[in-house]
Amino acid sequence: MRYLPLTDTDRSAMLETIGASDVDALFVDVPADHYLTAPIEGLPHHASEMAVEKHMRALSKQNLAAADAAFFLGAGAYRHHVPATVDHLIQRGEFLTAYTPYQPEIAQGTLQMLFEFQTQVAKLYGCAVANASMYDGSTACWEAVAMAGRVTRRKRVVLSGALHPHYAETVKTMAKFTEDQIADALPSLTAKPDNAGLIARIDDQTSCVVVQYPDILGRIPDLAEIAEAAHAKGALLVAVNTEPVALGAIKAPGELGADIVVGEGQSIGVGLQFGGPYLGLFAVRDPKHVRQMPGRLCGETVDAEGKRGFVLTLSTREQHIRREKATSNICTNSGLCALAFSIHLTLLGEKGLRALAAENHRLACIAADRLAQVPGVTVLNDTFFNEFTVILPADAREVVRKLAQDKVLAGVSLGRLFPKVDALSGGLVVAVTETTTEEDIATLGRAIEEVLA
Amino acid sequence: MNAPNQSGWKPTSPVTGAADGTNTVTGNKALMLEEPLIFEIGNCETTGVDLPEPDLSSNRLGGFARDAEIGLPGLSEPETVRHYTRLSRQNYAIDLGLFPLGSCTMKHNPRVNEKVARMPGFADVHPLQPVDTVQGALGVINELAQWLCKLTGMPGVAMTPKAGAHGELCGILCIRAALEAKGDAREVILVPESAHGTNPATAAFAGYRVENIPATAEGRVDLAALKARLGPDVAGVMITNPNTCGLFERDMKAISDAVHAAGGYVYCDGANFNAIVGRVRPGDLGVDAMHINLHKTFSTPHGGGGPGSGPVVLSEALCPYGPLPFSELHADGTLTLVEEETAGERHPHSFGRMSAFHGQMGMFTRALAYILSHGADGLRQVAGDAVLNANYILRSLEDVLDAPFGASGPCMHEALFSDKGFADGMTTLDLAKGLIDEGYHPMTMYFPLVVHGAMLIEPTETESKAGLDQFITALRSLAERARAGDETLKAAPIHAPRRRLDETLAARKPVLTWSEPEVAPGEPSLSEQGGS
Repeated sequence: MRYLPLTDTDRSAMLETIGASDVDALFVDVPADHYLTAPIEGLPHHASEMAVEKHMRALSKQNLAAADAAFFLGAGAYRHHVPATVDHLIQRGEFLTAYTPYQPEIAQGTLQMLFEFQTQVAKLYGCAVANASMYDGSTACWEAVAMAGRVTRRKRVVLSGALHPHYAETVKTMAKFTEDQIADALPSLTAKPDNAGLIARIDDQTSCVVVQYPDILGRIPDLAEIAEAAHAKGALLVAVNTEPVALGAIKAPGELGADIVVGEGQSIGVGLQFGGPYLGLFAVRDPKHVRQMPGRLCGETVDAEGKRGFVLTLSTREQHIRREKATSNICTNSGLCALAFSIHLTLLGEKGLRALAAENHRLACIAADRLAQVPGVTVLNDTFFNEFTVILPADAREVVRKLAQDKVLAGVSLGRLFPKVDALSGGLVVAVTETTTEEDIATLGRAIEEVLA
Repeated sequence: MNAPNQSGWKPTSPVTGAADGTNTVTGNKALMLEEPLIFEIGNCETTGVDLPEPDLSSNRLGGFARDAEIGLPGLSEPETVRHYTRLSRQNYAIDLGLFPLGSCTMKHNPRVNEKVARMPGFADVHPLQPVDTVQGALGVINELAQWLCKLTGMPGVAMTPKAGAHGELCGILCIRAALEAKGDAREVILVPESAHGTNPATAAFAGYRVENIPATAEGRVDLAALKARLGPDVAGVMITNPNTCGLFERDMKAISDAVHAAGGYVYCDGANFNAIVGRVRPGDLGVDAMHINLHKTFSTPHGGGGPGSGPVVLSEALCPYGPLPFSELHADGTLTLVEEETAGERHPHSFGRMSAFHGQMGMFTRALAYILSHGADGLRQVAGDAVLNANYILRSLEDVLDAPFGASGPCMHEALFSDKGFADGMTTLDLAKGLIDEGYHPMTMYFPLVVHGAMLIEPTETESKAGLDQFITALRSLAERARAGDETLKAAPIHAPRRRLDETLAARKPVLTWSEPEVAPGEPSLSEQGGS
């Protein structure tokens, strides 16, 4: 077996040193009636690298890759061009095959990168401090809700109706076990987000209000107004962002008064990957909240010679020290995805991020204008970044299925996101990025016209 | 503000006049290259991508356009490649040598796994595409799920948890949901003191009170004490098997039977499954739920701290409560996803969704490629060689390092030593830092908590005998120095990119993001004054 260096001669010599007759003798503590003396039946035996590749390629080919379609899906996962440099650098063995940096003297590469990453995220979000990443946006969203409870010592949580439904479901699942009371809602199909309705749901028992920015329908809510209302009741504003590229064009949630800003970092550097692994981003506006944050934090320090260096710090918040009193049970996070994000964002820089955001918005405007011309179709949004909602005079889910047969992946239907809600069934969330061509947009326009005709 | 780095030293401020045969002007030492932060070398005008000039003069951003500078530095492509390549060289990694972190299972990461994960049908597929356009992706999930079930002897598996701790949470939530379905509210989860910190943190998060299970002198769960504690308030136990002392819990089946008889459930922490894969099935031992760290046993790369993946195998009793979504194979060979929409009919007792989308697909492809490469025969050999390597280390060093459970019989995949016998003032930390100078990543230190100055060494199966022999020689030398009270070990490491780092200072005065330094340019820093 190509991954196993020991030879039978080695094994014999080692067994002699140990004083055991054979390898099975080392498993003497496994009760004999449960010890397997042969490979488990009904499973294939080892395979060559070539055979494995062939098997996996056959599975890969049963999927319609985004590059082979006119592609308009978003709703929490976006297709952006990732420079080849990113994928090359994250495959350097010193990054790829390192562990969590518990021994800082020989992990400065990972630690300095995390320090840079935390700073990049904090700047992008308009916050004071960001952590070294969470699993993904949805779990970061739950951790923000849990943290708000620790800060405010309140248990009532208001979710905006326009929060990604998977995020809302994640929060609701976790809350069942922590006894937080979650008030959720369905999105209303209005051109502007219903801030007044949301604000009316905040009271003096509210721990936090959770608002997606831009929201699941692509609209850009006025966070400042919500922050003011939340703060007046002693509640925190948790802002959720699923498309970090947007923050190259629109104001940072932290600047607008959000107390905890979380989101999905997948857009920058990570790729679609059928939903994972992704990258949870987590930041706080006020540095006094740092000790209530979940997850790992990297901090600056000096070594015995006074040279600058970096270490994991404030670990008394964490499970390996604090055990049952930890702020979270998270251990492994999303380090390699954080590296990919950080490299991509370094390649972009402020100039590139702003240009990328502008290009996304420009193409999205073209797409919105084109779809508005389709008879019977209306564009819902007053405002949007690179994603908007159209209302079709038909079940959008059926339209998406039909168009997929012609390699047009038209978007994410609200029926997929909010099943069995008749009022939303005509909604289609369309995302446009720099990878979308004007030809793709023309194809989509034509395809929707034909299927509705 | 009291920044930790009061000297102001940084790689961009070379120390003029310092070159003296040992030190250099740049601070570099041949291939050991210092590297500044991106904030010190980049700027907001530089970019490493080519994009059209932005024009947002007419936009639909509704007055929310971001006008103020964000402050994100950019680098050109060559500078970016160099920055991260230089940083990478300050890391230790499995690709460089033995990485014996006990319980972390740092084994070789095959590169074919990276190749298959990047196939466009896996890497360039959106999680919300219509299911008939992602049959191959669901096929990977299904095929891996079947392997995990057969290898563990369990009927079902929840694939969505994103790492080990997330998997633990999944398992404990299944237990709680199962108990609640019976109207049987229970309050306590029993956890051995030797458990990973995630176990008590998880149980507490799920609303349980955590109580310790005592251990026997030989390092295993005290079955009699456990039985005495079981009762109507105990929801279940969380047991790591093999345990963190490196021993197989030989009473596991009896423990499970006792817990079940008392109406509770058995959670097994599967972090150490690498030791027993293909040799014994947890399902045969009465386990109700166990997470499998794909980044340990099935070799998906650790990546400097993730991403992981933590599927949870479930017993018949817990399967009905598993999370959404999951894939379902139909008689005609097609696969569908059971999500919120059909959960009411297909999976009505699910405790709900734990995260967006369908789990760590990129880890599933790598783990499946690894499993297919080994096959059932190779995986059995994996456990055999992992255990053989660990026992070889245990027996080769027990004359110079105290092995507290050495008399308890063979260890499993990891060898546990204590600091007993070290000279006064010499610590496990000193020995560990000495290993760095010898070119190794240290072992897990001070864990498990039940052993004083614990050193937990897990070589894994992907080390050669020659490599182990050299490691044993290095560790023997360090053990002898620690026993002899060699004070020079206190200064270790001296050959690493950094000397010992001041972790207390970092926690006392946290600097978690970069900001413009307050030391005015021109003002002499300590290093320029010759301080160090």
